[in-house]
Amino acid sequence: MSEQIAVSVNGTRVTVAAGSSVAVAMMIAGASCRTSVSGEPRGPLCGIGICYECRAEVDGVAHRRSCQVACTTGMDIRTDG
Amino acid sequence: MVSARKQFDVLIVGGGPAGIAAAVSAAQSGKRVGIVDDNPALGGQIWRGETAQSNSEAAAWLAKLHAWDVEVCAGTRVFDQPVSGVLRAESGDGTYQIEYGKLILATGARERFLPFPGWTLQNVMGAGALQALVKSGLPVSGKRVAIAGTGPLLLAVAAYLKNDGAKVVAIYEQVSRTALAKFALKVAAQRGKLAQALWLRKELRDIPLITNAWPVAARGNGVVESVVLCRGGKHEEIACDYLACGFHLVPNTELAVLLGCRLQNGYVQVDDFQQTSQPNVFCAGEPTGIGGVELSLIEGQIAGLVAIGKEGEAQSLFSARRKMRSFAEALDRTFALRPELKSLASTGTIVCRCEDVKYGQMTQHRSWRAAKLHTRCGMGPCQGRVCGPATQFLLGWTPESVRPPIFPVALENLISETHEEKEHTFVM
Amino acid sequence: MSAEKYDVVIMGAGIVGAACALECARQKMRVAVVDHDVIGGGATAAGMGHIVVMDDSEAQFALTRYSQQLWQQLRPELPDDVEYTQCGTIWVAADDEEMAEVHRKASYYQRRGVPVQILSAEDLARLEPNLRKGMAGGLLVTEDGVLYPPCAARFLIEQAQALGATVQVGAPVAEIGNGRVRRADGSELSAGVIVNAAGAWAPELTRGISVKKRKGHLVITDRYPGFIQHQLVELGYLKSAHSVSSDSVAFNVQPRRTGQVLIGSSRQYGAEHKEVDHEILGRMLQRAQEYMPRLSQTSAIRVWTGFRAATPDKLPLIGPWGEDSTVFLATGHEGLGITTSLATGRLLADQLSGRASQIAREPYLPSRATTMEHAHV
Repeated sequence: MSEQIAVSVNGTRVTVAAGSSVAVAMMIAGASCRTSVSGEPRGPLCGIGICYECRAEVDGVAHRRSCQVACTTGMDIRTDG
Repeated sequence: MVSARKQFDVLIVGGGPAGIAAAVSAAQSGKRVGIVDDNPALGGQIWRGETAQSNSEAAAWLAKLHAWDVEVCAGTRVFDQPVSGVLRAESGDGTYQIEYGKLILATGARERFLPFPGWTLQNVMGAGALQALVKSGLPVSGKRVAIAGTGPLLLAVAAYLKNDGAKVVAIYEQVSRTALAKFALKVAAQRGKLAQALWLRKELRDIPLITNAWPVAARGNGVVESVVLCRGGKHEEIACDYLACGFHLVPNTELAVLLGCRLQNGYVQVDDFQQTSQPNVFCAGEPTGIGGVELSLIEGQIAGLVAIGKEGEAQSLFSARRKMRSFAEALDRTFALRPELKSLASTGTIVCRCEDVKYGQMTQHRSWRAAKLHTRCGMGPCQGRVCGPATQFLLGWTPESVRPPIFPVALENLISETHEEKEHTFVM
Repeated sequence: MSAEKYDVVIMGAGIVGAACALECARQKMRVAVVDHDVIGGGATAAGMGHIVVMDDSEAQFALTRYSQQLWQQLRPELPDDVEYTQCGTIWVAADDEEMAEVHRKASYYQRRGVPVQILSAEDLARLEPNLRKGMAGGLLVTEDGVLYPPCAARFLIEQAQALGATVQVGAPVAEIGNGRVRRADGSELSAGVIVNAAGAWAPELTRGISVKKRKGHLVITDRYPGFIQHQLVELGYLKSAHSVSSDSVAFNVQPRRTGQVLIGSSRQYGAEHKEVDHEILGRMLQRAQEYMPRLSQTSAIRVWTGFRAATPDKLPLIGPWGEDSTVFLATGHEGLGITTSLATGRLLADQLSGRASQIAREPYLPSRATTMEHAHV
């Protein structure tokens, strides 16, 4: 079993394998990454940093592409901003 | 935030197979060679996560790269060329101003997405996307995955996911079985390796490959629960936890266009030496035509060799490239989109996902530009990379010219310090 | 084949041409609008879209105020996608000298019935906490607003079409004059009056008019709802925008209804290429960061440029072009075309129909231009 690290998704503790992307942490937490302009919950589409569907707030910085950011211990991820 | 300056004799943008091969070839000269890539690690999309596996082709190439003194800037994305010969790139901790003598564009490709009702539900994503997410830690063991769309990537993803414990329900490929069989024969004849990689892999043996079938709707409440497929003129609904759906690949040509490189049929135009229409700018791999890893490796090597003045050595690779290119052409022919897919989107289907612009809003306009101005399609942060290729297929629209920044960047990074003259004089 | 016949053919489907078309159609004229590109594709698409009163001159005030009131009257009819928001403008004073300008401006507007509110340093910091600390104060002009210009132009065009106007987009024109419009493909339209509303490109159709291109850059961010609440303009803007000869930048930001922040502005003469100019873009953003340090970390998703149609006295040309009795001008609106489009349409239709105007039309007549000269070469 690979090493697990804990991050926070909307205030809830989630453990993921070390090296997991922030997008994966949100999916494991069952959270949508963002709410679209017309109010739809959205998750990743392209998985490679092109589509911007997985934007989320990471450690206070809005609009990060969560599929391109690796989780670090204690990271604060917010999808409801 | 820091702003650092870098100088390379040969700079490569894109660290997939083409970029790595180019770097390896160019590095032999002893010149300063650098690679810039947006992803956290080299390998591109196709080799994502494989570079650490000791017996892989990816690892072998990466070992060659590390044998030379090539500077790797991962997690770094080029967004502008403020003056000729200078690129600007953004990384997590600041910006780079990168001067180059020769530039090799190896910017790869992305999946083509087509809108259909329900495609914006969560867990509906690209086939390559699901694979990339699994490689970045997403557990799919026991999950039901339906794979749909077109292109050899679907098979590769199916095999990968199955290996990872997913229950791949079926692969729905829009082309006919005859076309697929013809293509498989050609592949088997020319490229034993790929045939082995795809058609003969044991993982695929008990996954139904259903041809002449395509998704018409995804259903679910926020998250996908099932997909409706058109199969032999009839609709069938299959339950799934993920719908992995991509319609082959489109090249990433934005940087090439920004630099003024001419395109031909949507691909970057290059001559025999992988030289673009711009002096000192080369292009290799998928942007010159979707042809897969082996063609990318050869094109990358040619570009790398030419960039250091070894045209003669490069020429020895021409015949290998010719064979591979015929494979690329067969790919384009085989996996061309069938016209029925043009009616997948209904008037209420969102086409531009950044701005939630519906198909019915867009069809009231006659061009991409008019639709963009009046509906906001393509005005979001993806800059039309998703809806642009879709509307090109659906409506025949050609996208607008490219403007810097070619990706969203922190506002402060748009302030460049490039007004001064380039200090360094290159030997080449 | 005989030429198509109209009472008025309007060159340009930007917001000014659209407003002219609507007003002429309301006066029962047979109207055609011709544009080489799309509706609202020129400066209309490139501009910020403010509906503001300005006081550089009495004539500028009269035109902007009249037009702002016309927008307010039209507001209930505007569709949602026009995004009309009466957010107000705050003229930001960085120091005491600029605060003196706030007081001058306030009394100027108050005397003319424009609602304003003088803001103390504390008021300003409370209303716009993302401004840098230590500003001296500001002037809030409450009835100013912003809208999304391409959709506003399309709305006006559609209203004109409902009254019988014809719209031809994607139709390049080679030549106008003597009651004829000759398209690039050789076909012709016949017109009682041709209105040149081609913005910065108007001189290509009517040689010798005092209109020059003044290039601008804009940047838009991703969505940051609530980042700013009002349009914010530095008072130093007056100094720089006054200059008709040198390149200048100013802090000017707008809250869009999308939550995006639209960031300007730059002004350049003699720049004919639409490519982004990194030097002036950098200066413009540097200025924006000085006023709003937190902007530096926002995600900038798009940069674009456009060309204002500038005149030497900063007033538009609205009325007959003396050298051809069939040609009228409706151009030269510089950075105020969105605001002043509706008033321009009225003034033009007034002249064509012989109706009295609600404000004096003389300051905008092209005939004044004989005494004007551009200060630059």
